[in-house]
Amino acid sequence: MSEAVRADKVMDLKGLPCPMPVVKVSKGIKDVAVGQILEAQTTDPGSLTDFPAWARTSGNEIVDTIQENGIIRIFIRRKV
Amino acid sequence: MTHDLATVEKQVAEMRAQLESLQKRVPSNKLSMVVFSGDLDRALAAFIIATGAVAMGMEVVMFFTFWATPILRDPAKKVEDKDLMGKMFGTMLPKGACSVKLSKMNMGGLGTAMMKNLMKQKNVASLEQMIALAGELGVQIYVCELSMELMGFKREEMIQYPSMDFCGVAKFLEEAMDSRVQLFI
Repeated sequence: MSEAVRADKVMDLKGLPCPMPVVKVSKGIKDVAVGQILEAQTTDPGSLTDFPAWARTSGNEIVDTIQENGIIRIFIRRKV
Repeated sequence: MTHDLATVEKQVAEMRAQLESLQKRVPSNKLSMVVFSGDLDRALAAFIIATGAVAMGMEVVMFFTFWATPILRDPAKKVEDKDLMGKMFGTMLPKGACSVKLSKMNMGGLGTAMMKNLMKQKNVASLEQMIALAGELGVQIYVCELSMELMGFKREEMIQYPSMDFCGVAKFLEEAMDSRVQLFI
């Protein structure tokens, strides 16, 4: 587990199914500055493929993904 | 050498013109969707894709036609001056997103009620909530004027939606030609 990545903002999206995690993160990413990191916490397994797809399309970067106790923590660096 | 320069300049001008005409034909990062079905499941899929597309940075335009038109009716609004056919369609077709049914396993409404319950349990947004979210996210909705006319729907009985307009097929095609993704649901 890499605790090296520190999030500047955490979004609790646990319990929210598709399309909410991606919809909310696409808005929430604007609350951190370019270069900063947003952590999205979800319980939706689809997020594991959805967030990388969203990041590639929107030009942001997934810097780490941690799964623990059914919670998926995705660390996104805002690049644009 | 001046002759050569003139030739190159001419070629550059030609290429620029070609490039400009090509640029005009490159579709925008846009999703155009025809929503034809009046089924709850299909309408939900349409709005999940639409809101997801906004999250992916796309502009989204939805065209509601035929059986999908009554999804956008407001059950609280009443319109008086309808002819017999209009009244018939008005009564027989769903009055808004809250009363559309599943395409399969409806079982006289029982299946749809069970599905709605399940969705609530699993935190899945209802169709009404998805429409509201789409409005918040700036999804443009166009409603087919022909369907309105055929089914005798009046503009006054449609829901309040931030950007809803009425159109014909040409508007859809203009948007579709300018869209990287087009869907028919």
